[in-house]
Amino acid sequence: MSQSNTQSSNAPVTPKTSSIVVPGRWQRFRESYLVYSFKRDWMAQACLLVFIAMVLGAFLAPWIAPADPYDLASIDIMNSELPPAWMAGGDPAFLLGTDAQGRDLLSTILYGTRVSLLIGFGAVILQALLGVTFGLLAGYLGGRIDAFLMRMADIQLSFSTLMVAIVVGAIIKATFGGAAFSDYALILLILIIGLAEWPQYARTVRASVLAEKNKEYVDAARVMGFRSRRIMFRHILPNTLSPIFVISTVQIANAIISEAALSFLGLGMPETQPSLGSLIKSGFDYLQSGSWWITLIPGGVLIVLVLVINLLGDWLRDVMNPRLYKG
Amino acid sequence: MALLEVNNLDVRFAMRGGEVRALRDVSFTLERGERLGIVGESGAGKSVAAFTILNLIAKPGYIAGGEIKFDGEVLNTLKPKAMQSIRGNRISMIFQDPMMTLNPVLTIGEQMIECLKAHRRISRKDARAIALHKLNQVFIPSPEKRLDQYPHELSGGMRQRIIIAIALLLDPDIIVADEPTTALDVTIQAEIMELLLLLCEKHNVGLILITHDLGVVSQVTQRTLVMYAGRVIEQGPTREIINDAQHPYTQGLINALPQMATPGSRLNQIRGSMPTLTKIPAGCAFNPRCDFAANICLEKVPAFAHSGNCKVACHMVDAMVAGERWTPIITDANGNGATPTDSHRTEVNA
Repeated sequence: MSQSNTQSSNAPVTPKTSSIVVPGRWQRFRESYLVYSFKRDWMAQACLLVFIAMVLGAFLAPWIAPADPYDLASIDIMNSELPPAWMAGGDPAFLLGTDAQGRDLLSTILYGTRVSLLIGFGAVILQALLGVTFGLLAGYLGGRIDAFLMRMADIQLSFSTLMVAIVVGAIIKATFGGAAFSDYALILLILIIGLAEWPQYARTVRASVLAEKNKEYVDAARVMGFRSRRIMFRHILPNTLSPIFVISTVQIANAIISEAALSFLGLGMPETQPSLGSLIKSGFDYLQSGSWWITLIPGGVLIVLVLVINLLGDWLRDVMNPRLYKG
Repeated sequence: MALLEVNNLDVRFAMRGGEVRALRDVSFTLERGERLGIVGESGAGKSVAAFTILNLIAKPGYIAGGEIKFDGEVLNTLKPKAMQSIRGNRISMIFQDPMMTLNPVLTIGEQMIECLKAHRRISRKDARAIALHKLNQVFIPSPEKRLDQYPHELSGGMRQRIIIAIALLLDPDIIVADEPTTALDVTIQAEIMELLLLLCEKHNVGLILITHDLGVVSQVTQRTLVMYAGRVIEQGPTREIINDAQHPYTQGLINALPQMATPGSRLNQIRGSMPTLTKIPAGCAFNPRCDFAANICLEKVPAFAHSGNCKVACHMVDAMVAGERWTPIITDANGNGATPTDSHRTEVNA
């Protein structure tokens, strides 16, 4: 107290080096409850391991896949419907067998997982951008803006993703032709799934904002003379991040499933750039004739991918829910 | 001219059941560097008054009349943008609960730097230096370390010091402190009040201290405003109000202090409770609880009468000064003594 007293009150004081060491960000992270609980949860560890393996496999596909399923020249129709390598009639060159067009199934699955993940993450980023912005505006500004945005959300939710996809797909195909649709299928699917599901985010964020905006720190921020936009994005948004993280995991899994469903119905990725969903579909016709692997192996991969993401989301929800926090 | 001038302020809340008048005809002034205490029970309108000064009354509340003049500008008609440059910059505010006022997800340093950058064109580095300097001024131990800490890592007293540092950050002319010590324990309360007093004196900052603690008011402020049911009922120099309160309500408040009671007996209290703002009695709002109420108190809202350096809104001031206490002043139609509200009278403990 006395040492500070002697300092002149006007000139900014140069900081004295404090003897107490401030932990850095990395150290704070390592000592956080998140990491603590992760280290004690073998399920979460296993899930993260599988998830990372799948992501790596998918995005390194051009380097690790034995063949390039997009390269039509390398495909030999004579290799079609070969069973996996360990079965009678299998070819060791095709570990998981081939599909009806003679593409190596392992390579196709790796590339397909990449497409599925891209669509899943892309759609969720779009959903989050729209949903978080609308949710913040609705919750913070209230009144008519709130009513308008939330009715929009209700209307949006009453259209199923499938309906949006059918309508948009039909319009694009009618105006630009089927070829254009195939070229931009990836971006279109991201747009369709992103637009169809933003209300999930908007509702969650709005609910958290309503709880946060009556807290005193928001009043304090207003007293400090901050603008509404700054208060919304800088002060309230960070306080609503944990529910956003948690629903993001669920939404990624949902988006991947939506994409698979759309592709299975022929509204999604074209045969030439298969996703997991279109692979399942392409094998479906051959299921009766005994070529089960074309459908079941990509199906299994899809199930594992979604399961792992959902389990990670469950774990995250338990960790981030302050009511369950036993720190 | 006074730095802050509040004239005939009238604040109302448009509720479903009709309008609620939270402030009626509130007027006061604050000179540069002056310290004013606003006291009153919960619901008397103290906090509404504070928020109104900063023009932060949120819907359904609105300013129905009167004006707030700060340094020559009328705040209640100012454009939002101009008001933002006054808030935090020239008038800042300290809230009741230090646990809630700081944003839990931003470090102390980020919050302080952000506040500086919102009002001044200043580099991050300079802002940090100023923040550090202010933390030094509020006697925070190892301030350098605090800048990188989150609010939950600090104790309540420490957080309130940081909030004071933030309030002082832009060298404001006035600090509005809304019960700054109620959420703290008693020893810390004294420290924080002392600090606030010291800093206000040192930097010649005006202070509007809202509290229901008369002890704090008597230590810190120069002038006091007593509020009851949305009205100012007595104002004047703190010393005179504490030593020689004129209004029966203020007298009751001072009498209710624990040190005024006879040891071994019950504490003194003002019987009844403050009316809700929707059901304010006609005439003087205090009449159902007042020992001196007369017929006129049931009919007419009292105007301010000067009594020494104080202004008192009470019909009976002169009568009380003359020493006429405890006479049955309320009469019924036949001229017999009667009590204003019998339900309240029954629970009198004399």
